[in-house]
Amino acid sequence: MKALPLAVLALLAFAPTVWAEDTIPVDLSEPLPPKTQTWSFDGPFGMFDRAAVQRGYQVYKEVCSACHSLNRVSFHDLGGESGIGFSAAQVKALAAAAKVPAEPNDKGETYDSSGERMTRAGIPADHMPAPFPNEEAARTANGGALPPDLSLIVKARNGGPNYVFSILTGFGHKPPHGFTVQTGKYFNPWFPGGNISMPPPLTDGAVTYSDGTQATVAQEAHDVVTFLTWASDPKLEQRHRIGFGVMIFMLVLSGLLFLSYRRVWKDAH
Amino acid sequence: MSGPSTYVPKSGFARWMDSRLPLARFAHDTMLSFPTPRNLNIWYAFGAILTTMLLVQIVTGIVLAMHYVANADMAFDSVDRMMRDINYGWLIRFMHANGASFFFIAVYIHMFRGLYYGSYKAPREVLWILGVILYLLMVATAFFGYVLPWGQMSFWGATVITNFFSALDQVTPHWGSAIATWLWGGYAVGDPTLNRFFSLHYLLPFVIAGVVGLHIWALHVPGNNNPLGIEVQGPQDTVPFHPYYTVKDGFYVALFLLIYLGFVFYAPDFFGNPDNYTPANPVVTPPDIVPEWYLLPYYAMLRSVPQKLIGVLVMAGSLVTLAFIPWLDTSKVRSSRFRPMMKQFFWIFVLDCIVLGYCGAQSVDAVRFGVPLVWAARVGTLYYFGFFWVVMPLLGLIETPKPLPASISQPVLSPAE
Repeated sequence: MKALPLAVLALLAFAPTVWAEDTIPVDLSEPLPPKTQTWSFDGPFGMFDRAAVQRGYQVYKEVCSACHSLNRVSFHDLGGESGIGFSAAQVKALAAAAKVPAEPNDKGETYDSSGERMTRAGIPADHMPAPFPNEEAARTANGGALPPDLSLIVKARNGGPNYVFSILTGFGHKPPHGFTVQTGKYFNPWFPGGNISMPPPLTDGAVTYSDGTQATVAQEAHDVVTFLTWASDPKLEQRHRIGFGVMIFMLVLSGLLFLSYRRVWKDAH
Repeated sequence: MSGPSTYVPKSGFARWMDSRLPLARFAHDTMLSFPTPRNLNIWYAFGAILTTMLLVQIVTGIVLAMHYVANADMAFDSVDRMMRDINYGWLIRFMHANGASFFFIAVYIHMFRGLYYGSYKAPREVLWILGVILYLLMVATAFFGYVLPWGQMSFWGATVITNFFSALDQVTPHWGSAIATWLWGGYAVGDPTLNRFFSLHYLLPFVIAGVVGLHIWALHVPGNNNPLGIEVQGPQDTVPFHPYYTVKDGFYVALFLLIYLGFVFYAPDFFGNPDNYTPANPVVTPPDIVPEWYLLPYYAMLRSVPQKLIGVLVMAGSLVTLAFIPWLDTSKVRSSRFRPMMKQFFWIFVLDCIVLGYCGAQSVDAVRFGVPLVWAARVGTLYYFGFFWVVMPLLGLIETPKPLPASISQPVLSPAE
């Protein structure tokens, strides 16, 4: 019987929220509550779905990284114990394929004769190269808006993964009557204010998955959010694994102390 | 109850040491043989829990300081580096961040317990006041600590709190702003502010540890109060601290740590604000600046007053009031178990603090169930002050307490009663 409330909770947690298109409320003074999704990393035993997180990296690399940096993540983070399952050789190859700003050459130059910033092939210790050299360049290229760095985006937003998923899949709704979509902005009722500078980033087939997974907008969003959650919290798996051992230890310790307590106090009453 | 010492040195070295520096005798008398009322319940375990949490915070904090960089340009990155690159840095940091919240959970239970059982009443006034000082030191330490990760809420929280001093401008023009500038070490919260807050955040825990020593000393002179609130009359009312309370406290400490570590491993950001994962930006103000949960009731009181200076005074007054409680309570009976009216006002007070905390977490113009929360906060503030300054003095005069038991051992020994 004790398992019943747990089972109900589990059912609730896995029940996806469906938001019908025609139910966008008129009052958008508060953004819509994030759509609740089921994630592989949910719950005390949650781990990152290896295939999803690698597909998510592909979505980031081929779509998001055109505007969004991922400054706090280095290539070698992708491999190793708390990585997303790439081997050392794969990491090396991924890094080498990236162009990062070169250090000054032996003449002290960082720009070549045609005035271009010189680059070199990346190494695993390099962080992910940013799409823009500085904030001003990023704003100029994006109509004045700054695409935020995505390294901590899942932790830095209320609603976490569900919020990011809702933003990515929240385009294409008809604005309610009387709502003005500002020039150069897009309607997204999950975004505070409803006007977002980011154009709909994902389309069906925007990427081609090598594992044959159908690249729908929802699938791409789900994958890239899994990847970004890993980027925000790469030690989640280690935390869940160690936490389980710690909980068992503390339960046993508390149990033993309780028995000692009963025994010591038996004659005192 | 600091009665005659029962320590007997067992070896030649122990006798030699005992006549020179009787450390073992001190430890024996305060931690082993110390006569403790036999009827202490779970709520009396929070002293031991608080000592444990102070130790956890100091140990994790010292390790964090080895990796932290107190510089406005590097602080956020250094904290993020701990989370990603330092071995088990995430564990140490989450223990420290959640440790602060659980430290406050424990101190609030400890304070409410003291209020309920009248532990502040003679001869324990100094013990209580030392506790109030400890609480204020904790608040200051937690505030300084929250600034250090240098996220958006760190920066803007520090800006709001330090700006309280500029309210003094309304009394003595320019003096308030001058104090704020002096605190900042500049004309706004910035690098010098971060550096001095780090220095103070490292200093204050050791001041707390020192005052904890005084707090325990002041506890060991009159001895523990107890749920009945009556004095210990003889050895039949007490048990030696060890093993009776070492094992009982030990069990509750383990249980508390179990819950605390559950949050550390499975909901480490539960008490945090997502905005603090965005680096501090002096030109972008977050939509809602809220303090950490443990300061929300005071924040609600501050915001319930439309005039800034009076708001600051109300908030300061709510803290200062705590020190006067031993003299505001006029009742001859300590424990609320025997005070039918006080018991009710006490639980309303607990509820009041929760309502104030809720109001403090919402935006200023929020309305719930048709009630503007600012009015709920105003009523809550009135009750907070009314409870201490009106209810407490009056109840002692008009309330008829229930008859007290003859001794601690009597109701314990005869459960049929």
